[in-house]
Amino acid sequence: MHPILKLVVQRIALGLLLLLAVSLLIFAGTEALPGDVAQSILGQSATPEALANLREALGLNEPAMTRYFKWLGGILTGDFGVALTNGQDIGQAIGQRLGNTLFLATSAAVISVPLAILLGLVAARYNGRWPDKLISGVTLSTISLPEFVAAYFVIYLLTQLIPIFQPVAMVFPGMSFWEKLQAVALPVIVLVLVVLAHMMRMTRAAVLNVMQSAYIETAELKGLGPMTVIWRHALPNAIAPIISVVVLNLAYLVVGVVVVEVVFSYNALGQYLVDHVAKRDLPVVQAVGLIFAAVYIGLNILADVISILANPRLRHPK
Amino acid sequence: MPDLLEFKNLRIEATSYPPGEPPRDVVLVDGVSVSVAKGKVLGLIGESGAGKSTIGLSAMSFGRGGVRLTGGEILLNGRNIRGMDAAGLRALRGREVTYVAQSAAAAFNPAKRLMEQVIETTLHHGIMGRAEAEARAVMLFGKLGLPNPESFGRRYPHQVSGGQLQRAMTAMALCPKPDLVIFDEPTTALDVTTQIDVLAAIKEAIRDTGVAALYITHDLAVVAQVSDDILVLRHGKMVEYGTVADIITAPKQAYTQALVSVRSIDHHEKPEAPAVLSVQNITARYAGTTFDVLKNVTVDLPAGQTLAVVGESGSGKSTLARVITGLLPAAQGRISFAGRTLSADLAGRTKDDLRELQMIYQMADVAMNPRQTVGTIIGRPLEFYFGLKGEAKRQRVQDLLDQIEMGKGFIDRYPAELSGGQKQRVCIARALAAKPKLIICDEVTSALDPLVADGILKLLLDLQAREGVAYLFITHDLATVRAIADRIAVMYRGQVVRYGGKTDVLTPPYDDYTDLLLSSAPEMRIGWLEEVLAHRKMESAGN
Repeated sequence: MHPILKLVVQRIALGLLLLLAVSLLIFAGTEALPGDVAQSILGQSATPEALANLREALGLNEPAMTRYFKWLGGILTGDFGVALTNGQDIGQAIGQRLGNTLFLATSAAVISVPLAILLGLVAARYNGRWPDKLISGVTLSTISLPEFVAAYFVIYLLTQLIPIFQPVAMVFPGMSFWEKLQAVALPVIVLVLVVLAHMMRMTRAAVLNVMQSAYIETAELKGLGPMTVIWRHALPNAIAPIISVVVLNLAYLVVGVVVVEVVFSYNALGQYLVDHVAKRDLPVVQAVGLIFAAVYIGLNILADVISILANPRLRHPK
Repeated sequence: MPDLLEFKNLRIEATSYPPGEPPRDVVLVDGVSVSVAKGKVLGLIGESGAGKSTIGLSAMSFGRGGVRLTGGEILLNGRNIRGMDAAGLRALRGREVTYVAQSAAAAFNPAKRLMEQVIETTLHHGIMGRAEAEARAVMLFGKLGLPNPESFGRRYPHQVSGGQLQRAMTAMALCPKPDLVIFDEPTTALDVTTQIDVLAAIKEAIRDTGVAALYITHDLAVVAQVSDDILVLRHGKMVEYGTVADIITAPKQAYTQALVSVRSIDHHEKPEAPAVLSVQNITARYAGTTFDVLKNVTVDLPAGQTLAVVGESGSGKSTLARVITGLLPAAQGRISFAGRTLSADLAGRTKDDLRELQMIYQMADVAMNPRQTVGTIIGRPLEFYFGLKGEAKRQRVQDLLDQIEMGKGFIDRYPAELSGGQKQRVCIARALAAKPKLIICDEVTSALDPLVADGILKLLLDLQAREGVAYLFITHDLATVRAIADRIAVMYRGQVVRYGGKTDVLTPPYDDYTDLLLSSAPEMRIGWLEEVLAHRKMESAGN
């Protein structure tokens, strides 16, 4: 087998193993929570018989291991179970919201990743001079703002001072792509502001690190211009650290944006999770937790694979 | 006709930032005036810090780091390029002047194929079209003796050897048909047997393309093979300038004479004596591999004498040191030391085993903790092995410093305040502090300038005579071997191919490898290179 293929297969296998471990952890974590689901559904005034009946119906009397494997088996066959609070099918509820989450995350990523890398390259090109300081200053101030402050600031600016957007980002099934895009414009702007600095700083640092190499001097002595040197000779060797930070931010865009969702009333996975945590609806919490973990692990495997592919030593062994 | 390149009263400065002191300007090069005619080769020679590379790069009006070209004129093709604007410099770099770096392995971009990099300059300056440039590169690969010139460019830098990369870099420099090429120590990082091939390839390429060159090196024997004229530099100033024949046969300045006659040590082989170290049938491999780095190695080292282990990189000499010190336990074989059998594993050795077997490394600056003073560094083994403390320890450190001829005032200094030779002396004192029976010296003079290295070798011989310590001296440099060894082991691909007393080993008839190794060490006379190449029996291992 080609060594790269072997490495990739290894990474994926490790990822699956990790996911299994996470599922165990999530299940054990929710198991360890104090209190009783049946009690919390029926309230303090429930009769002992009612409680016992409900426990029986929910399968809470079975041993934990049996319930874990039932749960896992269900998920593997696409059955996430039903929500305790409203009896809704969890898979269905998640499906639509996951779409919204991915739509928002993708929109923000498509703008922020190229922009951050470009700004990072420009900052590295003018290292220590005013464009570098300006870019670092602006992006660091936006990352320093808590998301909700940034969000309210953007809302005030773009709906009150210059009223071109709606302050809420409601999306419904049946909206056209363009309408959806307009609806998420404000949260996308906020998310771009939040994730830009991290990726830009890493691009700048990784490129500057490579700029110390002897082959950069070789390129300069060939008479190449500074931007050509950075683009052609520095960036290809700085890919690995940049990718890993980009992926961390992508993962954040998927799993960590609940505050922004709430501010803009955007109906996505984060809000769904928080709602059901408040209601102690454990099957929902477990399912969403597992999906978030899968996103995280999947994206990190992707980063590993890209880093491996970016390394000519692995791509073209001796 | 004006010269291609002329330096007139060149002055180069930089700002130095000494620890704990305010920054100050230092003059790196001062009052250098020299010229290179079309198609001629000027050798720049001197020790590290002489300003050779700095002058070389100034021919492209380039200052490394904070280096500034502050005075004089640099006339290239009749115009002064000092102070030229960035766009003007970019237009001449790579078109009129190109550069070959010391470490081609670092100077090639690891992420790009060789062909892409070799023709980049040519395409960038619009000198040729892609097809024509690739054809020229393939022609140059062939001329420089690279294997499979047609497909060589499709490889990545990590897929070819160091010697091949150095030749590829020469091809890269010659591809855009420049007027002048700067060769900055192009063979210094190579093994001697590889160096000779690269040297021959460079010389032929210079002759065939009619390009002029600045050839920078610290090795007078090397520069004598390729240059027309030589400029000897010291501390950034001109010492002597003349034709190759003048410089190497009739040097006028005392400094040049010292460079020419370096290795003045005359060391005679000591008589047979009982062995302090006996390495028997050692075979070793690194964890997780099946390749034997050492195969059945057997050598003896008599007490109070020096065994030189010579060979090229990859021959297993440093691995042998690792096996003897216990860092890499041998797979098979036995090591006896001072009459007892040593445990193969470091963990199984007694404190006395550790004390009596000390080590000195090639890179003295990374072998010392930069945050400790010389007194702390040398005092550590005194405390660890002998329990010395306070004034007694300080007194003993001072004695050791006297022994390495560093005297008062060094005890409270930090490594960063010492020169390369002084750092290596401190490492020697640290090894001596343990009162060892054997010191393993791993390429201890390789990173030093010839005159400084000479001083270190004299000191080591001196200490041996006084303390009776034995040395296992690992080196790739035959001149060093001649200067210091009593016995010699020649290693090649993990095996000892020749072993015995110095006189026997260095007396013909030789086996093929020893012959190759001995004949490859540059000699300081004109025409040596051609002579050797005509008589070779075996290809060098680096190809």
